[in-house]
Amino acid sequence: MAADNRRKNVVSLSTAGKLALLAVLLGVIPFGLPSYMVGQFSLAVVYAVAILGLNMITGYVGSISLGHGAFFAVGAYVAAILMHRYGWDPYTPIPVAGLVCWVAGLLFGIPALRLRGLYLALGTLTLAVTVGPVLKRFTGVTGGSQGLFVGTPLAPANLGIGDSQWVYLFVLAVAGVMFLVARNVIDRGLRRALVATRDNEIVASVMGVDLARYKSLTFAVSSMYAGVAGAMYTLVVGYVSPDSFPIMLSLSFFVGAVIGGLTSISGAVYGALFIQFVPVWASDVDRALAGFVYGGALIAAMLLMPDGVAGLIEKLRRRPDDGRTGKTGSRKKASRVFLERCGSLAQRFSVSFLPKK
Amino acid sequence: MTLFVQQLVEGLTSGAIYASLALALVFSFRSTHVVNFAQGEMAMLSTYAAWQLTAWGLPIWAAIAAALAISFAGGAAIYGVLVRPMTHSSVLQIVTILIGLFIALNSLAGFIWGYLMKSFPSPFPDWRWTIGEVGIGAEAAGIALLLMATIGALYLLLEHTKLGLGMRAAAAAPESSRLVGIPVNALLTVGWGIAAALGALSGVMVAPSLFLDPGMMLGVIIYAFAAATLGGFDSIAGAIVGGLIVGVAENLTATYVPGIGADLKIVVALVIIFATLLIRPNGLFGREVTARV
Repeated sequence: MAADNRRKNVVSLSTAGKLALLAVLLGVIPFGLPSYMVGQFSLAVVYAVAILGLNMITGYVGSISLGHGAFFAVGAYVAAILMHRYGWDPYTPIPVAGLVCWVAGLLFGIPALRLRGLYLALGTLTLAVTVGPVLKRFTGVTGGSQGLFVGTPLAPANLGIGDSQWVYLFVLAVAGVMFLVARNVIDRGLRRALVATRDNEIVASVMGVDLARYKSLTFAVSSMYAGVAGAMYTLVVGYVSPDSFPIMLSLSFFVGAVIGGLTSISGAVYGALFIQFVPVWASDVDRALAGFVYGGALIAAMLLMPDGVAGLIEKLRRRPDDGRTGKTGSRKKASRVFLERCGSLAQRFSVSFLPKK
Repeated sequence: MTLFVQQLVEGLTSGAIYASLALALVFSFRSTHVVNFAQGEMAMLSTYAAWQLTAWGLPIWAAIAAALAISFAGGAAIYGVLVRPMTHSSVLQIVTILIGLFIALNSLAGFIWGYLMKSFPSPFPDWRWTIGEVGIGAEAAGIALLLMATIGALYLLLEHTKLGLGMRAAAAAPESSRLVGIPVNALLTVGWGIAAALGALSGVMVAPSLFLDPGMMLGVIIYAFAAATLGGFDSIAGAIVGGLIVGVAENLTATYVPGIGADLKIVVALVIIFATLLIRPNGLFGREVTARV
């Protein structure tokens, strides 16, 4: 009986929570905040789609990709070139960019995914490094160092909302679709295959998981997400240049994915909020501080909460009575979870610092 | 022909710098079997330390020597605090921590010293010799001599001292070494300290021409990755040969391959890394590692 009640409580809390969330997303953010902040949230939505793609390949499949920004850049430039040179509208390039990046991801992934672990990380990092110089080199197509200016779209006249609100709601809608697709495909269908691939490749292949195919296809899909996000970036910002896509962008996506929670769909949202807003706050204090917070947060997250914010939330929501204590209805407080983590961390440190006798 | 030889000489000079940073990567790889993504940033910080010492009045060679010592201590500290507790964690966690270190160190340099470029005094005199029509600067010769001296010192250390023997044992077979009484943890820490000092050396050698700023080593580390990949991450000889090959390939490709100017040189590194990892993953001199299922 108590369990039923609690389950009901969890469900009703979720529904109320969901309504509140919708109110914030659709009402407060676009109409309650100044224009420039709406733009920042639009960018956060764009980053969330990109990080979701990265979660797929690095979280679910376990292949570390440090070159995600490269596909983001490709998507952004495809959209910019279509708009700038061929006069396309801002919206149609989005699926085109996704398709181009799907193909690019497949082509890159087939050879690259034969690499393991840190060698794949190394290979993808090098890809991220080459994007800038390649973009600068082919000036005729890409506009070289000067980049391409395409402008931001105007809201349709009959809707009566501002331009930045329209952009925000549009990217939110696209992101919603992308997240829904990801949730349905991954969390239901492929999850077991992908996580099995990640955790033990040998066992997975013995059990019949076609490793190469899954990895390459997931990499292609992950790049497609980056491409769609990139095209939306062009829409939101209205200008692309090689300097918009430095190595730090790929590393930022990685940071966001880890901090948000790698093997999770919702983690992408937390990660995107982190990488969008932490630099804004930190640079109010000091320009260099943002990077320090990034790096420090990454290290702290790996040591204290390796499953990211999403993992922490999941731990807090899960029922703690897995048969051991017999106490139902008591939830672990956040402080207890944190202290336990610190304890295990201290244990690891003391093991390494005390001399072996 | 003269152009070719001139480019060859310049390629060997940059190759020597890549080789020393690749040596650093090899030394830290031997301890942990993870590529230290933050090696370049550690080297950059060491170079800033050397610069700061010269700014406070120390003569350049004394500053470099002091920076090497500081880097040794710093590398050992980073290993003990951040890397050793993670030895039994997954590759993902270790890579994440190293990337966090990369980002944090880069920002630390910007925070302490700002983002304006600084000029770094060259430890070598400003001479230039000409052999035939090819010019060699004292800088290039000095870098080559420094690299050879380093290789000689490392060779003596590893092959002819008890410490070196212990380090090789600790890297190759840690559990067996522990059973025999070798202080494996201490020796792996020393390995990282030496790696940091080697990185500092490469930073100091490259700073006079690249000018000192927090992003100085970002290009160099990619070539060092290529060099270490080509040579094999656990091979010292490989790091040196790989570094020289990468340096020469970079320069010759930029000069002779149409379309690849100074901008696209970095693609050479990408091609080398991918070609090596796909064709001969252990590099030219690396050891084949087989794992039992």
